[in-house]
Amino acid sequence: MTGHAGPSLKENLKDAGAMALASAALALPLVGFLTVDRAQTIVLEYRFGELLYAVAVIFVGRLLLLLANQGHSPAVLVATGAFSVLWAANAFLGIVAITWPALGWLTWIVFSVIALRAWFFMYQAGRRVKQDASDVAERAGTVIYRLGKYLGPALAAFALVMPLMPFADQRMVDLGILVLTYIMLGWGLNVVVGLAGLLDLGYVAFYAVGAYSYAIISLNWGLNFWETLPLAGAMAATFGILLGFPVLRLRGDYLAIVTLGFGEMIRLILLNWDELTNGPKGMGGIARPSFFGMPFTAAPPEGVTAVHQFFGLNFAPIHRVIWLYYIILAMALLTNWFTLRIRQLPIGRAWEALREDEIACRALGINPTNTKLTAFAIGAMFGGFAGSFFATRQGFISPESFNFLESAIILAVVVLGGMGSQIGVVVASVVLIGGPEWFRDLEAYRMVAFGALMVAIMVWRPQGLLAHREPTIHLRGRQPAPAVAARAPAR
Amino acid sequence: MEYFLQQLINGVTLGAIFGLIAIGYTMVYGILGMVNFAHGDVFMIGGFVAVITFLILGVLGLTWVPFALLCMLLIAMVFTGVHGWAVERIGYRALRNSNRLAPLISAIGMSIFLQNYVQLLQGARNKAIPPMISGGVELMTSPTGFTVKFGYMQMVIIAVTTVLMVGFSLLIARTSMGRQQRACEQDMRMARLLGVDVDRTISLTFIMGAALAAVAGMIWLLYYGIIDFYVGFLAGIKAFTAAVLGGIGSLPGAMLGGLLIGLIEVFWSAYFSVEYKDVAAFAILVLVLIFRPTGLLGQPDIEKV
Repeated sequence: MTGHAGPSLKENLKDAGAMALASAALALPLVGFLTVDRAQTIVLEYRFGELLYAVAVIFVGRLLLLLANQGHSPAVLVATGAFSVLWAANAFLGIVAITWPALGWLTWIVFSVIALRAWFFMYQAGRRVKQDASDVAERAGTVIYRLGKYLGPALAAFALVMPLMPFADQRMVDLGILVLTYIMLGWGLNVVVGLAGLLDLGYVAFYAVGAYSYAIISLNWGLNFWETLPLAGAMAATFGILLGFPVLRLRGDYLAIVTLGFGEMIRLILLNWDELTNGPKGMGGIARPSFFGMPFTAAPPEGVTAVHQFFGLNFAPIHRVIWLYYIILAMALLTNWFTLRIRQLPIGRAWEALREDEIACRALGINPTNTKLTAFAIGAMFGGFAGSFFATRQGFISPESFNFLESAIILAVVVLGGMGSQIGVVVASVVLIGGPEWFRDLEAYRMVAFGALMVAIMVWRPQGLLAHREPTIHLRGRQPAPAVAARAPAR
Repeated sequence: MEYFLQQLINGVTLGAIFGLIAIGYTMVYGILGMVNFAHGDVFMIGGFVAVITFLILGVLGLTWVPFALLCMLLIAMVFTGVHGWAVERIGYRALRNSNRLAPLISAIGMSIFLQNYVQLLQGARNKAIPPMISGGVELMTSPTGFTVKFGYMQMVIIAVTTVLMVGFSLLIARTSMGRQQRACEQDMRMARLLGVDVDRTISLTFIMGAALAAVAGMIWLLYYGIIDFYVGFLAGIKAFTAAVLGGIGSLPGAMLGGLLIGLIEVFWSAYFSVEYKDVAAFAILVLVLIFRPTGLLGQPDIEKV
């Protein structure tokens, strides 16, 4: 390796050693020791083998990455690629027993990432124009944006026929409902965060208000789903206005924290107001939606036709799931349609203008408080609709469903997808919600991976995966040429 | 009167913990203008390191209480400091000149990661340790038989916190490191031009904040005798509330805010309802931000075009 002008082997070893030392210091207390509860007391167990292994992987990984950076990409690619393939083959065929599966998979991920990186260096070296990873993502974002015209309807069409496909079992349709719920929540929050640029960390509060409004109204007054839905949405919007009125003059981080506090307050009130919400035990027996008045039951009461009888089918529980799927699909598409249309109206343009420059907006005579308030209320309303749907789907709600993590996930869907991008929300929901649901077995690792993914995506691409910020309106007669149009002074 | 005095003692003790965590929030906000959402979880990690140190000392047979406490304190500060450094290095450094949302989202991700990482490694059940310091001084007894007790533990907590806060204020006010820190806070670019190593200063800020949070975590563990992986979320939010209440970016403000939040929470629980004590803390936050957005001791933030 002396032939290269780059750092010597000694320097590389020093760098990798420093990194290994730092990670050893990080891992020593929490990885090296395990606290185990045993009969009224806790005892220590030791995991030094695992600790040393993890540190060794980090040392080797860092060294390989440095070498790849210094022009040894092919060798590194071959080494790490071969290891990844062999390890995966071994994991599936089980030739050699793996002592620590979690650490093994971690090693596999580390080496695969290094292999990808090395491949990318080679790809880059082969091109005349220099590109880095974020340029590639930028281009992907632009391509998807251009394809958006076809991709959107194509995805909608797929969503429409998905439950009727032969591969769609109940689990699949349930997963579809879950993903669609987050898509709807994401689109709702996108109005607040993506269009109006207000950071809302307590969106789950409106989801909760919608769900509880639905539960209380339907249990106390016996209204059905379609009658209650607008009421629950109105209730959530009212809460949005009530909260928004005092706090919307705060900016940035302060607004985020106040909304977070508000979300927690709502949860605590739901938890403690026993007379209304039944406290931590939650509310059960919430009315399920009917199909134009026909229930989804195996044995309907006398004089009532159940859905399967009306269509002359055998009773199957999946019928209700499919109906729920179409309800949430319709609601989500309505949210999307509404957002796309309102972006063209003066109010929608005012939101986007406000996001870009509040002072300029004030100078132009836009009332920032009212404009923000409408965004907040509309976002809250969609949250309330989604909450109603959640209540009717589950049939049971409790305050634990509406904790901060939920808000964080919805926000992650919006931000990771690329703020303001409708298609980005869909992609992020499928990746973040659908992906981990498939790996339910890895329950314990799910949230760790979720957090790490959030950090990684932000560090790699702070604008979000598919960010593509372009003015919604253009001067008449001028064709939008993305890069230029974005800079053209919009008048 | 006796009841009030007892609550005052309890409130000051709790406030000391919040104040220690709040310093980390306020310093990071002052220098980077971001809310380090993961700071509450760094506090939780401090508590876990303290539990583990306690158990190691037990295995080694070193159980003389003052020595054990000192060991726990130092070890927790060192290892949690490393965590604070790593959080900044991995999650925030690349985003320093990015849009305002990106570091916050990264911090939320970091918080989720740390919580679940600790849960994965140490289990979801809470960890309890036997009380290390018990007993106290009985100050007075009311005619109805209510005794005001000032526990030795509470004395230790208040003493340790006071010493740390005074020492820390001196560190910021008098030393070269503190000067560099304040210079970066005022104008990072100018500080860099004048030869201040900005990266190093920011790293040190995170390490110091994490070390103080580790002390808070250890105190929490000793005071309540119990810790779990989720404790950082609520304590972190309240400490942030304290930092905002005192005026974010201001060190004395963080200490004052912590004290006030501790007192508010304890008095609310004592005189109104225990269930709504967290609601009270958040309501105070909202009210402060509406009526005095710069907090009690904060500098007004002038908006420039």
